[in-house]
Amino acid sequence: MMRRKHEWTEEYVELIVGRLLRSGVVIASAIVFIGGILYSIKYGADLPEYKIFSGEPADLRNVHRIIIDVFSVRSRDIIQFGLLLLMVTPVARVAFLLFAFAKQRDRTYVVVTAIVLTTLLFSLVGRYLYS
Amino acid sequence: MNVLEFTSLVWVGSFFAGLLGALTGLGGGVVVVPLLTLVFGVDIRYAIGASLVSVIATSSGAASAYVKEGYTNIRIGIFLEIATTIGAVFGAFLAARMHTSLLAIIFGIVLIHSAYLSLRPRRERAGDDRIDTIAARLRLNGSFPDGEGRRVYHARAVPAGFGLMFSAGTISGLLGIGSGAVKVLAMDHFMRIPFKVSTTTSNFMIGVTAAASVGIYLSRGYVDPGLSMPVMLGVLIGALLGARILAAARTRLLRLIFSMVIFLLAVEMIYSGLTGRI
Repeated sequence: MMRRKHEWTEEYVELIVGRLLRSGVVIASAIVFIGGILYSIKYGADLPEYKIFSGEPADLRNVHRIIIDVFSVRSRDIIQFGLLLLMVTPVARVAFLLFAFAKQRDRTYVVVTAIVLTTLLFSLVGRYLYS
Repeated sequence: MNVLEFTSLVWVGSFFAGLLGALTGLGGGVVVVPLLTLVFGVDIRYAIGASLVSVIATSSGAASAYVKEGYTNIRIGIFLEIATTIGAVFGAFLAARMHTSLLAIIFGIVLIHSAYLSLRPRRERAGDDRIDTIAARLRLNGSFPDGEGRRVYHARAVPAGFGLMFSAGTISGLLGIGSGAVKVLAMDHFMRIPFKVSTTTSNFMIGVTAAASVGIYLSRGYVDPGLSMPVMLGVLIGALLGARILAAARTRLLRLIFSMVIFLLAVEMIYSGLTGRI
């Protein structure tokens, strides 16, 4: 594989960030859409129940369960996996910026970005740390 | 009404919410939550979960285009994201401890305020050439394409902007909206960043802000796949179409009409909260 050396200019970083965000949204939407079709086929005739809040079951709440369950080919699990990909897209964007600032040797912004990334990871997987 | 009919109607409703959100500049979330709770009778917690997901989708989708055009200031964005993400986590924690009626009332008030902010006439402020030491240290000054050349701008009042961003994050995490109006207020009004840069950078930040609270909503079981699916796909497509129309049409009248719609939704939310129906 050929590796091109890139200058980590602002324009190059912006280009990659743009591509990263678009790919994340496109892939996540496609998975959600496929899951949505399966969901409509399977549950289409059932009655919707959103008036009374009961909360989702554990397999649709926990990040590791969502990742494992995508292979179960159950429609709700597939949608949830697509949604998880979507939620991870901004996190990937921040992680990439951390890498880019490190390449640019911009120490201040490495620290700034690391703080944002930590907050995001706390929200997404922090539950495993305190429960 | 069965699931298929419900899903289709929610998709159509979310499509128009996304369209409306893009045309008013308020974002899809502020329309989708009242739509789901008032029209479809969905519990506000499920509505907020689904709305947050759609907010991430539209922000990321639109940001991918703006970033390439060179308006978005990534450094300003990521620096202020410290405030919005911590605010968002705080907001999500607050939401879990708050009665749903109170959530509905706060939502209505924020909605009215956002509509007011978006209708306010915008005057581009005279550029401030004094160099703000904090802004300079954080390299928050930049330039953007303007006609043939690039226009240089200097940010100022960084602490005030940062503080207001924390509030924007809290509102986003509490109500499941992008709170773009408050973000733009912080950058445009306080930090004196040019409007075009403020709006695109705000949009850039919205996805990360929403991502900071959505994990907490997910782990609490507020994100329902059956509901979030049509909401996300509907709002995303509506918002993308809205952005195209916005580029082509004169929008003063559209904005006025839609702001009236949003005002009515807000009043209905507050009323429902006060009478305990939400």
